Amino acid sequence: MIVENLPALQVVLPLLAAPLCLLLSRGRPAWLVATLISWLGLAISVVLLWQVKDGSVIHYAFGGWAAPWGIEYVVDRLAAYVLLIVSLIAAVMMPYAWRSLSSEIDAHLLPLAFTLMLLCLAGLLGIVITGDAFNLFVLLEISSLSTYALISLGKDRRSLTAAYQYLIMGTIGATFFIIGVGLMYQLTGTLNMADLAERIDALEDRRTLKTAFAFITVGLALKLAMFPLHLWLPNAYTFAPSVVTAFLAATATKVALYAMIRFVYTVFGTHFAFESMHIEVLVLPLAAVGIFITSVVAVFQHDIKRMLAYSSVAQIGYMLLGIGMATVTGLTASLVHLFNHALMKGALFLALGAVCYRIGRCDIDRMAGIARDMPLTMAAFVVGGLSLIGVPLTVGFLSKWYLLSAAMELGWWPLAALVLVTSLIAVVYIGRVVEAAYFRERPAGTETVQEAPAVLLIPTWILVAANLYFGIHSSLTLGVAGDAAAHLFGAVK
Amino acid sequence: MDKNVVLVVFAKILVPFILLFALYVQFHGDFGPGGGFQAGVIFATGIILYALVQGVDRAMAVMPPAVLKPMMAIGVLLYGGVGIASMLLGGHFLDYGFLAHDPIHGQHYGILIIELGVGITVAAVMMVIFYAFMGEQN
Repeated sequence: MIVENLPALQVVLPLLAAPLCLLLSRGRPAWLVATLISWLGLAISVVLLWQVKDGSVIHYAFGGWAAPWGIEYVVDRLAAYVLLIVSLIAAVMMPYAWRSLSSEIDAHLLPLAFTLMLLCLAGLLGIVITGDAFNLFVLLEISSLSTYALISLGKDRRSLTAAYQYLIMGTIGATFFIIGVGLMYQLTGTLNMADLAERIDALEDRRTLKTAFAFITVGLALKLAMFPLHLWLPNAYTFAPSVVTAFLAATATKVALYAMIRFVYTVFGTHFAFESMHIEVLVLPLAAVGIFITSVVAVFQHDIKRMLAYSSVAQIGYMLLGIGMATVTGLTASLVHLFNHALMKGALFLALGAVCYRIGRCDIDRMAGIARDMPLTMAAFVVGGLSLIGVPLTVGFLSKWYLLSAAMELGWWPLAALVLVTSLIAVVYIGRVVEAAYFRERPAGTETVQEAPAVLLIPTWILVAANLYFGIHSSLTLGVAGDAAAHLFGAVK
Repeated sequence: MDKNVVLVVFAKILVPFILLFALYVQFHGDFGPGGGFQAGVIFATGIILYALVQGVDRAMAVMPPAVLKPMMAIGVLLYGGVGIASMLLGGHFLDYGFLAHDPIHGQHYGILIIELGVGITVAAVMMVIFYAFMGEQN
């Protein structure tokens, strides 16, 4: 009975734990509930992945209404893989959240913060697991609205403008998405993704479908911060509370990217998206330019959170490159990087959050010499940074390797060169922080600070260890990502 | 508000009818047009009208923010609770047919309870938003 209902429980548990946290109205019990739920969520997603690893697909009909009419949750390998990423990140970050958040926001807002984090988690998991286009929009809004509120909790007053900016951009994105879904509903009379995919084949030359495709891709591109539409992201990441930044950086854009993959590959199908609409003509140049520009911009940032935020936009560019290549290797590279980037940015932002916990703000000047006081935290930052650059034995190397081989497979040498050059730029911006933290003196007049507390260090190091573990034992990520990518191409011509 | 006697008196007369109509829309939603969302909004309108003519302080005495906050959560929990209950009784999430021996009765109970949950949450959220805007002015 429980096993049968796992797809629903994956989303329902955090969704119902959220109002419970509001009822508890005390920070610590709310945090305990949130942590417990995030761990249960991880267990559920592990079981789900284990169930579908052989290529089977779980269909779960809500309320007992069968698929094309009712809302259906579908767990295939790709969904289970992304569910695992999101719930893993949540399970690692929830224990961290208490100390970090209680130092950054008012005590009476803490239960609210955990309510919002659970709602955001429920929304993100739901986007991944749902098989219904309209349900996806609802869950996208659940996660987005809670994200706006979470960002506005930051202690800097500029977090309010950042949240507002994201609110406007995110709402435009969601509106575009729902306009697209509405057009498709008008055209086909169905909202079920599998059903849509079946009916679209016969309608490929209809202008409504092309318009719907444009609206949906642009809407999702806004949510996933594709290069010229990324302007909300740096401010949002900079001014949000540290753990919120870490959580969003590791999950939110990845889930939007997953939705993009779902729509481009499963719903519209590769034939329509690439041969009829030529989405790659738009995605590839923008991704390439975006990777380069945002990497360079990252080098000149004073605030390290903002630096990593720009780096995130560049990393999203890598994933978009893989999607735009429209080959199995390219898509595999995207999916592998989806997982790996969550691990590396999660580790980096958690390490940075631990630094913020001790010194307040993460300006590069304030962080000078900090490695002497906080050796473990900065060591975690260095390993995370190496992973971001793509040094062998870390997960970053695998992502870059797959992306390079995908580019070479197509004979796209300039793209391969771009990946290498931007990796070198990553060396520069990570190197700046390392240089400041290890080789400079502490700024005059600052007291020595202590190493971060264990509750912050342990989650950070778990993610760092995951960076190394999955960098060496790559069979899980590569295997599942490769299978999922091959399936996406195999299933839809 | 002493000057606008007509306004105050008429609002006073209207408020109970608005609240009653909200309850009608709420509990008749399974036979006629209506349901939890509309009912919740109508109920909140009644209180908001009261607040507009009698002042927010008196409205807050009737519907204190401390009560509204748990109401928002309880509505959602009621909705989700029905889903969990149908799950525990052997069905899928929100499969009301499993709530009673007769599936048709089950469907009936299920929709009534979840709509009640929707109504409670929507009414509470509407009032909280209204209070939040009024609080900003003061």
